[in-house]
Amino acid sequence: MENLEQFRAETREWLEANCPEDMRQPMRSDEDQCWGGRNWVFKSEGQKLWLERMAAKGWTAPRWPTEYGGGGLSGPEAKVLGEEMARIGARRPLSSFGLDMLGPALLLYATEEQKQQYIPDIINGKIRWCQGYSEPNAGSDLASLRTKAEDMGDHYLINGSKVWTSYADKADWIFCLVRTDFDCPKHEGISFLLFDMTSEGVSTKPIKLISGTSPFCETFFDNVQVPKAQLVGTLNKGWEIAKYLLTHERAMIGGFGLAGGGMKGMGQMAAAKRGTKDGRLRDASLRAEASSFEIDEMAFGLTIERITDETKAGQGTGASSSILKMYGTELNKLRQELFMAIGANDALNFDTDSKGALVRSWLRSKANSIEGGTTEVQLNIIAKRILGLPA
Amino acid sequence: MVMILSEEQQLLKDSAKAFLSESAPISALRAMRDAGEDHMPELWTKMSEMGWPGIVIPDAYSGLEFGYVGAGVVLEEMGRTLALSPFLSSAVVAASLINQLGSEQQKEKYLPGIASGELTAVLAADETGYFDLSSIETTAAASGDAYVLSGNKRGVIDGHNADLLLVVTGGNEGMSVFAVESGAEGVSCETRLIVDSQRAADITLDNVTVSGDALLGSLGGASEAMEFTIDVAAACSAAEMLGISIETFERTVGYLKEREQFGEKIGTFQGLQHRAAQLFAEIEVSKSAVLAALQALDANSEKRSVLASMAKAKCSKVVRNATEEGVQMHGGIGMTDEFDIGFFMKRAAVCRQAYGDYHFHADRFASLRGY
Repeated sequence: MENLEQFRAETREWLEANCPEDMRQPMRSDEDQCWGGRNWVFKSEGQKLWLERMAAKGWTAPRWPTEYGGGGLSGPEAKVLGEEMARIGARRPLSSFGLDMLGPALLLYATEEQKQQYIPDIINGKIRWCQGYSEPNAGSDLASLRTKAEDMGDHYLINGSKVWTSYADKADWIFCLVRTDFDCPKHEGISFLLFDMTSEGVSTKPIKLISGTSPFCETFFDNVQVPKAQLVGTLNKGWEIAKYLLTHERAMIGGFGLAGGGMKGMGQMAAAKRGTKDGRLRDASLRAEASSFEIDEMAFGLTIERITDETKAGQGTGASSSILKMYGTELNKLRQELFMAIGANDALNFDTDSKGALVRSWLRSKANSIEGGTTEVQLNIIAKRILGLPA
Repeated sequence: MVMILSEEQQLLKDSAKAFLSESAPISALRAMRDAGEDHMPELWTKMSEMGWPGIVIPDAYSGLEFGYVGAGVVLEEMGRTLALSPFLSSAVVAASLINQLGSEQQKEKYLPGIASGELTAVLAADETGYFDLSSIETTAAASGDAYVLSGNKRGVIDGHNADLLLVVTGGNEGMSVFAVESGAEGVSCETRLIVDSQRAADITLDNVTVSGDALLGSLGGASEAMEFTIDVAAACSAAEMLGISIETFERTVGYLKEREQFGEKIGTFQGLQHRAAQLFAEIEVSKSAVLAALQALDANSEKRSVLASMAKAKCSKVVRNATEEGVQMHGGIGMTDEFDIGFFMKRAAVCRQAYGDYHFHADRFASLRGY
């Protein structure tokens, strides 16, 4: 415990000295996130320094092993780091599907050589990854995917297409589910491949959403050659990796349900906008709704903590990521609804500058309960895997 | 704070579960009701033999000093079997108030008795029928070294069976608390049967003279201790509601796996599966709310009040949902007196009201959060 307090003191001091001032401001919109990658243009010197300094300590991936450039922190230390970052309102230095999804799967399933090759560049933000999962006819029923990888001796030949690939047009590499065997039950012929998005035959087409933005793409593979060394895990056993990775994706999306670091609470935000009478938010109905929301938000945040602590203590339940995904995304949709209510008429602005950010993130949030397995799929998983209800 | 139970807390929970399922199953509550009784004195004697009434009381006053997480895990198990006892009202809430407010002599006078289970005390605060400490009209007039108390207290659950009333008074000098023996001259009491087969006492204090040492703390000086006591009561009552939610839910899921209609188990229907899964998630979330609130009490953290009101509000909503779905998913049989599920809905209704309902705590939460 004494060591932990010492760690806290040192971390606090280091963060104070190294977190640039503009990285301590709340993010105004998704535009403020730092995604890294070959083509990334830093929005400010502070953003660049913050990523470099945190990556050098391995603190973009605090709990990953130091041998691949991770922070090597224990669970309690990582918690302290998180608390100390929250204390000064420090932004996350790197938003990354490599960190949130691919990395944990590589640590578990990749060869030593693959780990050495891919993990350091995830941690330092040099390579930006995208996820090739969904296909036009494989959404909630993901395992029915049909993108084909043929064995050509020294390489695989990929043909097919993906859809809802987040930031495929901006990513450097893709982790991709492909079908390597068509003559078996659908879950058994899937493999997990990594390849460079600049490979010949890869093309992307952004999909314009109701929010007017295009965070997702259609991704096409036309005779793409992928070296065999870029297969992760066992041929035809990719579904296991896919599922493991999905639990991390769900945990990440479920995290959307958390209150933003450094942000005012919903009720205080509403009070600032609508005014107060005798110290109480003037609009009684909005006050009641904000209170109900904040109660759920707080209880949800505590649930993430509790499940994390239980998992560390070996008491976790396997399907908890489904609970967090379902609950967190529904909560985030409610949050966005309340932002819209508080913003009132101004919130309707659809300008492409920052004035339109609110309405766009409100619209964007409607996808939270669809992507990464819909709310209905999560409820199916809870009902069957945890509650053991009959099929 | 690590959000898992310590080994000792887990052991206490396991032993509480084993004891209660053996000694206080729902059938015991049903038998009590059918005999026209309103409490279970023999059960309380057994609980006392195990030392439970001393769980939150400091070692110095013959308690176990096991803390609020300890009390909470026991209450959760009590919620599962609907065990009736003065554990929450006397051993947790009243004992906490005396411990917060009382002088050394007062603590020595009352706490060891409460810890042994021989003395039961109960908070007599409500006057309007709604938990509202801002409008207390019971008065305490000084008369030499003594005080004369007058006023009406409403809906004190099991108040007629308590030995000691912790009477909250208001007036110009502010909130005060007096320890009044329930047999004192001028104290009268009418009881009403309430929905979970207990009785609620409406207590009248008609010029009740008490000596100066009945005043806990100073005159008008009880506000802070009352806030702490509300936190204790809210978090611990939330723990009991959590137990009710879990038990109701488990029984309901069990029924979904058994009951057949249209030639299939009704648990195969997605309409029911999704509602059950949703409820499961809500119960998981309320577990975290309760544990955090109890831990904050033990740590006396600055977030104590916010977390306590959050837990009470959250668990009130979830237990309502759990008991309602419990009855609904059991269908017609769930509405029958013969079947047990309705007992959970009835007790939940009482717990939801006790020490401030959802609206009271959602309102308090908002005020504490600065809006």
